[in-house]
Amino acid sequence: MTLETSTITVREALRDAMAEEMRKDPLVFIMGEEVAEYQGAYKVSQGLLEEFGAKRVIDTPITEHGFAGLGVGAAFAGLKPIVEFMTFNFGMQAIDQIINSAAKTLYMSGGQMGCPIVFRGPNGAAKRVGAQHSQCYASWYAHCPGLKVIAPYDARDAKGLLKAAIRDPNPVIFLENEMLYGQAFPALTEEDEVIPIGKARVVRSGKDVTITTFSLMVGVALQAAEQLATQGIDVEVIDLRTIRPLDEQTILDSVMKTNRLVTLEEGWGFAGIGSEISSLVMEKAFDYLDAPVKRVVGADVPMPYAESLVKLTIPQVEWVIDAIKQVCYR
Amino acid sequence: MVTTVSQKNNPVTLNRLPVTQAELLKYYRDMLLIRRFEERSGQLYGMGLIAGFCHLYIGQEAVVVGIQAVLQPQDTVITAYRDHGHMLACDMDPKGVMAELTGRIGGYSKGKGGSMHMFSREKNFFGGHGIVGAQIPLGTGLAFAHKYRGDGGICTIYMGDGAVNQGQVYEAFNMAALWKLPALYIIENNGYSMGTSIARHAAGQHLYERGIAYGIPGEEVDGMDVLAVKAAAEQAVKYVRETNSPMILEIKTYRYRGHSMSDPAKYRTKEEVDNMRQNFDPIERARATLISEFGVAEEAFSPIEKEIKEIMLEAVEFAQTSPEPEASELMTDILINS
Repeated sequence: MTLETSTITVREALRDAMAEEMRKDPLVFIMGEEVAEYQGAYKVSQGLLEEFGAKRVIDTPITEHGFAGLGVGAAFAGLKPIVEFMTFNFGMQAIDQIINSAAKTLYMSGGQMGCPIVFRGPNGAAKRVGAQHSQCYASWYAHCPGLKVIAPYDARDAKGLLKAAIRDPNPVIFLENEMLYGQAFPALTEEDEVIPIGKARVVRSGKDVTITTFSLMVGVALQAAEQLATQGIDVEVIDLRTIRPLDEQTILDSVMKTNRLVTLEEGWGFAGIGSEISSLVMEKAFDYLDAPVKRVVGADVPMPYAESLVKLTIPQVEWVIDAIKQVCYR
Repeated sequence: MVTTVSQKNNPVTLNRLPVTQAELLKYYRDMLLIRRFEERSGQLYGMGLIAGFCHLYIGQEAVVVGIQAVLQPQDTVITAYRDHGHMLACDMDPKGVMAELTGRIGGYSKGKGGSMHMFSREKNFFGGHGIVGAQIPLGTGLAFAHKYRGDGGICTIYMGDGAVNQGQVYEAFNMAALWKLPALYIIENNGYSMGTSIARHAAGQHLYERGIAYGIPGEEVDGMDVLAVKAAAEQAVKYVRETNSPMILEIKTYRYRGHSMSDPAKYRTKEEVDNMRQNFDPIERARATLISEFGVAEEAFSPIEKEIKEIMLEAVEFAQTSPEPEASELMTDILINS
């Protein structure tokens, strides 16, 4: 077997998820900037136009607020749009339609108006693209009832969770990461594996301390855990995978075992995912904690451009190691 | 037929299509139902039975009645927050609409939506939206779905003159024209964007021209004349359906009440309002036409009044006796179980 057949990139996994769901359900279509003829700004939709045609793979003008709203309207009518934002930074133009229209209308209609739509695209910082193109929206969307929020790390989760998101009858925010698109992971076996939304995954089990994280930062946490293993600290790494609904039980079970918690996210800390998890553990597992919860978060600044400053902004492996040592009193 | 040209609105006179006495009587009845419904809504608001925002449609009845008269059952409708008239014109049950206004479980949204947020899948009414302009991309998406499914339907998207200054309107116009979507955009120009007159909020002479850059045709219509609206709608709907392309109707209308219940409308003169009420009222004009053109006797109107009075009594009774939602309703309808 060659290397190519034994691995799959996150980019390919996402494309396969969409293609499989589009083959299965004619109501599923994808729209967004450059998704069709350009094959995706990050080539995630490669080959979809050829297979499914221009009716179902639709290049939009640069008009996020408009096409997000159009997608929500189509979803009210029973279609199942996948709306790609070239990045979620641009999706901020559309946030009114996502929250006020997609997330709230089921409630406002007494349960009549379901909105089966997926908003997907890269989230968070890529490499030195500056403040307006480097923001994590996990806590923004996770704040709102009526939305599901997913942020996968590896190829298997990217595919299985995107398939689940497309099949879900609710609006789903699917946060990808540009830095992960090209990363290769072991090839997937089950063609049709759908991973349930709302389930975290223990990606490395350990007994001394728990770290919760998601998306690109899972890799950072795993690196920190490997280094700490050589120093005699056994770290349990939880990939949240879904931010909302949060898998509280997996987090609580782990904290009750390790008695120590570090949260890690790329985004700003204020009212962030780590704050939410910290509060959860305070409310439901306070007596199990042997140390205060420690958050590792992005620096509280707009993303700088200079490489020297970027390193001081995005959580680094060393930050995680320091935080874990702090909660372990080492 | 009687054609009255408003000095303020200065509408284009259209050739009216033939209308039967029965049709015009129905339009009269439908407009009167909306008028009486809104009058009762205002009363119930004053009594404290309706709360929050409540935007009455009084004066604008001919717009929605004239448009809805020519739509087909498969067509979809969406509007903003001045929506009670649209729901009644979509044949939604006045009891359910009024009970939503009073926040009861028997309301269309089980008391969770209120005046601005009601929907009926059965009647293809897609709300009821409270963010000015947001319904326009949404409705364009409904039109997209008609085309995607090839079901022959069109979406009628209502907006006020204030909404036309939102950027997303033009994002929607662009896509509707580019992709040839069956979308009929209705601008209900009542002259005021809340309290800001059109002269102070809109550049350019005519709102119906706002689609020119996208190649979307537009027409101006006298919205105080239900027959003029119906005639224009007939042609517009035919155009949208047959060409699978968007069109704009700017319908010049007038609201007699304030923007919402809390608005004393100090930004316009009493004379202006009185002139519209006395000289251009769409219900009185329909009645005058029925009498002068069709020879309908005065006494023929009383059964209509009586029928509507009974509908309203029933609606108000239901809206006060239907229970408030139980606490168990609070956390339902947030997500669909998957």
